[in-house]
Amino acid sequence: MTNVAPAISTATTDKRGWYARNQIAVTPWLFLAPGILFFAVYVIIPIFQSFNISLYRWDGLGEATYIGLANYQELTTDRAFEISLWNNVKWLALYLLAIPMGLGIALFLNQTVTGIRLYKSLFFFPFVISQVVVGLVFSWFYLPKEGLLNAALGVVGLGPINILGDPTLATYGIIAAGLWPQTAYCMILYLTGLNAVDPEQVEAARLDGAKGHKMLWYVILPQLKPATFIAFVVTIIGALRSFDLISIMTNGGPFGSTRVLSFYMYEKALAEFGFRMGYGAAIAVVLFLIMLFFIAYFLFSMWREERAER
Amino acid sequence: MRSILTALAATTALTGAAFADGHANLTGTLKIVSDMSNPAPRAVMEQLAADFDALHPDLTVELEIVDREAWKSQIRNVLSANPPDVVNWYAANRMTPFVNAGLFEDVSDIWGDLEGLDAVKGALTLDDKQWGVPYTYYQWGVYYREDIFNELGLEEPTTWEEELANCQVIVDSGRACYTIGSKFLWTAGGWFDYLNMRTNGFDFHMELARGEVPWTDDRVRQTFANWRQLIDMGGYIEDHQNYSWQEALPFMVNGEAAAYLMGNFAVAPMREAGLSDDQIDFYQFPVINPDVEMGEDAPTDTFHIPAGAENKDAAREFLKFVTSADVQTDINSGAKLGQLPVNAGSSVDADEFLEQGFTMLSENATGGVAQFFDRDFPAEMASVGMEGLQEFMVFPDNLDDILQRLEQARQRIYAN
Repeated sequence: MTNVAPAISTATTDKRGWYARNQIAVTPWLFLAPGILFFAVYVIIPIFQSFNISLYRWDGLGEATYIGLANYQELTTDRAFEISLWNNVKWLALYLLAIPMGLGIALFLNQTVTGIRLYKSLFFFPFVISQVVVGLVFSWFYLPKEGLLNAALGVVGLGPINILGDPTLATYGIIAAGLWPQTAYCMILYLTGLNAVDPEQVEAARLDGAKGHKMLWYVILPQLKPATFIAFVVTIIGALRSFDLISIMTNGGPFGSTRVLSFYMYEKALAEFGFRMGYGAAIAVVLFLIMLFFIAYFLFSMWREERAER
Repeated sequence: MRSILTALAATTALTGAAFADGHANLTGTLKIVSDMSNPAPRAVMEQLAADFDALHPDLTVELEIVDREAWKSQIRNVLSANPPDVVNWYAANRMTPFVNAGLFEDVSDIWGDLEGLDAVKGALTLDDKQWGVPYTYYQWGVYYREDIFNELGLEEPTTWEEELANCQVIVDSGRACYTIGSKFLWTAGGWFDYLNMRTNGFDFHMELARGEVPWTDDRVRQTFANWRQLIDMGGYIEDHQNYSWQEALPFMVNGEAAAYLMGNFAVAPMREAGLSDDQIDFYQFPVINPDVEMGEDAPTDTFHIPAGAENKDAAREFLKFVTSADVQTDINSGAKLGQLPVNAGSSVDADEFLEQGFTMLSENATGGVAQFFDRDFPAEMASVGMEGLQEFMVFPDNLDDILQRLEQARQRIYAN
């Protein structure tokens, strides 16, 4: 948007109509208008509405009472909120494992063998199926008595463990389920990235005697930087959106130990017993601020990138 | 959107002259949104709509059936934007948010015309007004494997000592006394209802529901102490926090657990799973404290008129229609809903469990009839509370911490 040419206005002599005179300045905005309108109505305005609602006590039906920052005050003493926040941190940290795992599989699959396309599609498969199905499959896999996991542990003389029923393990169990499709996603990003790696550079590096992890670190990875950036973005966003797996696998339980902020907000404001719109909005605001931190970082790196290219 | 047309209905009409008299001039459209989405209730609802349509030639009945679980959160939007004329909901405290927000129509006027509903009037009353009508209810109690009890030489217990002695025998035989699936929490609420009503009485239970007693009260602790006896002896199946109530059924069907504290709706899936009526039987939850009268859980499902409804005359007629004695007898029969009719003039279907439940509620629930944990307690207290109950069932040692948390929640929730 910075390169919009200045409007030509030599007012005294120009006899053309207003639009014709300002065409170059106005047209981009006309094209942007529908996008801006919908983005404002469905994203920007609701953000401010959430801020506003979070200052009220409101059951979503009757009168809203202004209570200032009391909802935020309550958040600071709410243990369920604290647990949800920590779970979000766990999700963010552990979900990033999908990136190295995806890279590993991509490097492994980046070869020409008969049927490699089939193997690639098989590895990509978990990303295609719905998160709900992934959640169901994993919750059966984890079942304390009938599940495959405990059967396997039994063979080597371990277990049985009830992952989803144990408040200390349940979140990790769900993250592991989430990593399965997310790894596939990162893998596909890296596979396309690897196609774009310059074979001449690899050749040159090889002549200089680079191989193994040095080759990977100094030659391949720098060229994969765009893919890494995208993988990072989608993984962070995926971690913060981890709602469906939790809802399917544990419903936030046992006793609230697997809730994350998005799930807690839903429970407080919108679910069966949720009549606290203000409190839910306050949770949403906190979640938004966390996201804002990452969004700002993403925008900053993109801006830096664009500037470097110019 | 499912429209039931007059033509469809004509053949299945009830002998309905009694309800139609003098009100034959209903016109326009009656829009009903129902949450009776399970197969049997769905058929009942469709038949009700068709029959009512057939009774009133100038009226078109439009029926929309939505998923029962989804309805619990959808109702808010439906009532506030473009409301239909009749909706389903639940009795007691679950009505409060909608009554307070002025979204339910005050139907006290038709209660004057209704006969035989005195027993359930209280559950539909808030602020001395009635806000809807009931159409069915069902008993809770202990459904047990009669064949396992016979094999172990056990009798139906009537006191807590007998209950614990029975349970010890069952545990020694390598089974759990009770199956339960607490993943969705409310099943634990049922256990608390019964233990608290038996330990401290119905009135105390309701005081607790209204927030008049602290959760850290010694009487509440006594309830949990009684509960702990069953937990510590291995009375419940393991890993129940992983299962829904349906997923907990196989433990009873396979004989790994001997009994299930549940509502009468559990009988149908037990029968479907292959248990014959010789294998299942029912008993009332035993006495714990002989000084208090027995209270029972009997959740009531209801019809309401949204305040913004357009055809309130037809809606009121429909409410009278569903509560009339004949319709009540018909829709609650074993072949249909398989539950208890709310009208005292109706007859209970000849079903082992319905008969026992009806006798229990009409003769042996002198303490009072509660709706259920999540309907008697305010919504938020119910959700925080049931989570604590589930935690207690898994980690009974956390009791102090749980009660502190519930007490903190109580002070905040009821203060508003």
